[in-house]
Amino acid sequence: MYLFLYSFICLVQEKIYNVLGYDRKIVCLAIPGKIVEIDKNKEHGIVDYGDDTKRKVNISLVEVKVGDYVLVHAGFAIESLDEKDAQETLDLFREMLSAGEEG
Amino acid sequence: MFSLKDKKLAEEIISKIKKLDVKLKFMHVCGTHQDTLVKYGLDSLLEECGIEIGQGPGCPVCVTTPKEIEEMLLLARRGKIVATFGDMVNVPGETQSLQSMKTEGYEVRTVYGIEDAVNLAEKHKDKDIVFMAVGFETTAPTTASVLLNDPPSNFSILCCHRTIPSALKVILDMGEIKIDGFIEPGHVSTIIGTEPYEFISKDYRVPQVITGFEPLDLLMAVWMLVQQIEHGKACVQNEYARAVNKEGNVKAQNVIDEVFEPGDKKWRGFPVIPQSGLELRSKFETYDARRKYESDLKEISKKEFKEPEGCRCGELLRGLVLPQECPLFGTRCKPESPVGPCMVSIEGSCSIEYRYAKKR
Repeated sequence: MYLFLYSFICLVQEKIYNVLGYDRKIVCLAIPGKIVEIDKNKEHGIVDYGDDTKRKVNISLVEVKVGDYVLVHAGFAIESLDEKDAQETLDLFREMLSAGEEG
Repeated sequence: MFSLKDKKLAEEIISKIKKLDVKLKFMHVCGTHQDTLVKYGLDSLLEECGIEIGQGPGCPVCVTTPKEIEEMLLLARRGKIVATFGDMVNVPGETQSLQSMKTEGYEVRTVYGIEDAVNLAEKHKDKDIVFMAVGFETTAPTTASVLLNDPPSNFSILCCHRTIPSALKVILDMGEIKIDGFIEPGHVSTIIGTEPYEFISKDYRVPQVITGFEPLDLLMAVWMLVQQIEHGKACVQNEYARAVNKEGNVKAQNVIDEVFEPGDKKWRGFPVIPQSGLELRSKFETYDARRKYESDLKEISKKEFKEPEGCRCGELLRGLVLPQECPLFGTRCKPESPVGPCMVSIEGSCSIEYRYAKKR
């Protein structure tokens, strides 16, 4: 669920940028999305950013299968994402915080 | 992928840092980090805790030099179709910007990525297409991957790729400011992994944390840096483990190595930084616009171009000044009429400050 929420936030952010005239793409930003289809040649795939926004993306730099989450930059998937959910990451952060105090 | 906007945890981190009563200066090298810091007001929150975070040379559009822009302008004047990322077309060179050439009727195209530029080349077989390849290690493998795929012969690139670790080194070597820790860019690190940063901690005893882009990521990174300092450590830690692994993206590293070799490169605001650029290997020289159009570019090959008068982007990129300290900020230099690249790029600190300042 968090995954979709985040994709949605990114999408909204992008739409706001468009409205503001910031349709110029950011050079080092990467946006997460889900691989929903892979071409026969395995060179490209379709990435779903949520809210029915799908885009053809070059997947030659990553090892992925349908259903994997990737970071997309300038039309290329640059890395697959660990599917740990937000709660797990937050728990990890809390753990680090208390460990720091003891140390 | 995650929504890390846990307010309680954020408050906890802030209060813990505050208790430590520190006075530290960190630097990040990524426009997206700057965006998160300013957008969520983390910069002022952290300042109250004694922590200042400056932006270094982390905006690829901003560090591109006036000369590289002039090369693109000249190629457009010589009848090539020139293509690049949206932010880049609005950066003024010494004479004008690509955008203003477009209004004069020259062929300037904005593309989302290099593949769009190759599609242009396939569509316009009778024309020469030059793609201005800017960007750090995040973007370099996309360029490399396309060149390995035999793009059409009317396609070439003006190579402006640069690498981050050598810029970190030069900032420390210049010694203009004291840096207590680096917040390293998450997306560059997805490609290069953690190893290329190690020498900074080892040789300069500077702590580093590879960091994601959510507000909590940045607060955690600050906490981790402060902890390293409190415990007398200097090492590379990875806060953004959900996207970055130790080795990085080896496949992407291999395509970079196959296509590029390191070369000395000038960055805006910096002298030539040794081995900080990626140059095309001779095997790919037919795609190198600088070699392919050597005669077109000859008239400016030895020429030096100045940065815009009064513009402090150079000092800003070295972490020496804040946007508000530039007399042009918000007066002569605005997003609709930018003087320097830091006001053009939405990753530039001037543009970010201008965008969010009104909300404060």
